[in-house]
Amino acid sequence: MQKLKKFFSSSFVWLVMLFFYLPIFYVMVFSFNESKSLTRFTGFSLKWYQKMFETRTIREAIYYTVVIAVLATVISTVIGTVTAIGLSKSKKILRDVVLQVNDIPMMNPDIVTAIGFMLLFSSLNLEKGFWTILLSHIVFCIPYVILSVMPRLRQLDDNLAEAALDLGCTPIQALTMVIIPQLKSAIISGALIAFTMSFDDFVISFFTSGPGISTIAIYVYSSIKRINPTINALSTIIVLIVTVVLIVVNVVPMIKERKKRVAQ
Amino acid sequence: MKSFSKMAWPYAAWLGAFVVAPMLLILLYAFTKQGNDVLTLNFTLDNFAKFFSDSIFPVVLWRSLTIAFYTTIICILIGYPVAYIVAQMSEKKQAFFILLITLPMWINMLIRTYAWKGLLSYFDFDATFKVMVGMVYNFLPFMILQIHTSLSKLDRNLITAAQDLGANNVQTFLRVTLPLSIPGVISGITLVFLPAVSSFFIPKLLGGGEYVLIGNLVENYFISVGNWNYGSAISLIMALVIILSMFVTKKLDKKVGGEE
Repeated sequence: MQKLKKFFSSSFVWLVMLFFYLPIFYVMVFSFNESKSLTRFTGFSLKWYQKMFETRTIREAIYYTVVIAVLATVISTVIGTVTAIGLSKSKKILRDVVLQVNDIPMMNPDIVTAIGFMLLFSSLNLEKGFWTILLSHIVFCIPYVILSVMPRLRQLDDNLAEAALDLGCTPIQALTMVIIPQLKSAIISGALIAFTMSFDDFVISFFTSGPGISTIAIYVYSSIKRINPTINALSTIIVLIVTVVLIVVNVVPMIKERKKRVAQ
Repeated sequence: MKSFSKMAWPYAAWLGAFVVAPMLLILLYAFTKQGNDVLTLNFTLDNFAKFFSDSIFPVVLWRSLTIAFYTTIICILIGYPVAYIVAQMSEKKQAFFILLITLPMWINMLIRTYAWKGLLSYFDFDATFKVMVGMVYNFLPFMILQIHTSLSKLDRNLITAAQDLGANNVQTFLRVTLPLSIPGVISGITLVFLPAVSSFFIPKLLGGGEYVLIGNLVENYFISVGNWNYGSAISLIMALVIILSMFVTKKLDKKVGGEE
């Protein structure tokens, strides 16, 4: 009876996993399809990969996606960290108000944030393109960095920074040599969330991009009206990269841990 | 140390410029006529009147709400058992399944939705069903992870205590585990319902051209039609509906969750 229950419950979980991975495998298989069809597999071919690498708009879309994600991550991590440290020393009223407003981009539906940016850029007469996408990404990434760094700041011992100042550190030195090193892991996880948010974004990029510039998601969205198997190839590559990165991120600490244990 | 507090000031200004101002602009556009100059604003309620007097839009709003509601229910019905079963596993197995569940979330939502297009084309489902499959697929991981977090934080001693006091498995689940995991379900609901109501690319990709949800209306009026005032009014109505439903959910949480 217990065994049967266990069998059913684990089959249920595996069934849900199948639901998660079936479409992904489907796309991968059809990226090697010889014909254009999305329903009939006619033979193995690498021509969609070749076509993908030959298409300039795809190469540009990949380039912009990565560049925007990296820049947005770096800038939002710096601003978010500095702000969080500032907030932890601010008056309660300022902190509460800033944190409340800080929640808005995270709570708002993407599409509302996106049209807000669109209206803002148009009323400032900014031409939509690379810089407007980047700015929007920075704006919606910072809240996640702050959210990640703030709790860690609360646990910090204020005396350490005070001691550094008493011992003759300038405030900048106290900041870079005492406070920030203690926040390292929170800053890194904030940066990771920011990168994922930016890399994954479609809606906000779509509404803030201009003619001639697209990210991977915008390219996919604009080209699915007709059947386009290069998207299968592109998706497969992205899935593979994400899988490898995630496995490395998850497995490397495990191996390190094991080595440490062996060394002891 | 006090001097560090100045470091928060630039961001306060930044929030005003890039978070508050855009929201005010949406408000302004929603309540004004098309073709405003910077200096002459023509305030009007026409945009809202148009929304409710048109025969299509209330239908679309209702459709968006119901499809998001069903999506949320299905996500709870599938997500809760998965989270529960995973939470019972050994630590290593849990980490493995959590990784399996998180991995697809790192792949762009648009690409994940696109992935269903080919697979669904084998079947003759109606548009609503296809859109719902896409939504459940995209948002189910959020639900599972939220519930799993609240279940794994649960104090095992409480369950042992309930059993020691004579409760059977069903009673233990209904009176200890379930109430304590409600906060996870609630935050799961927020993470599923909110993006489901406002989604516009899932219906567009999987529902075919004629399947319209409220997000598609906003997209149309901003991108294709170019009537930003009307688009703003629609998105304002959408935001209000979302805030209202979140409010109701929170109230229910307090009622069900009890004393906390």
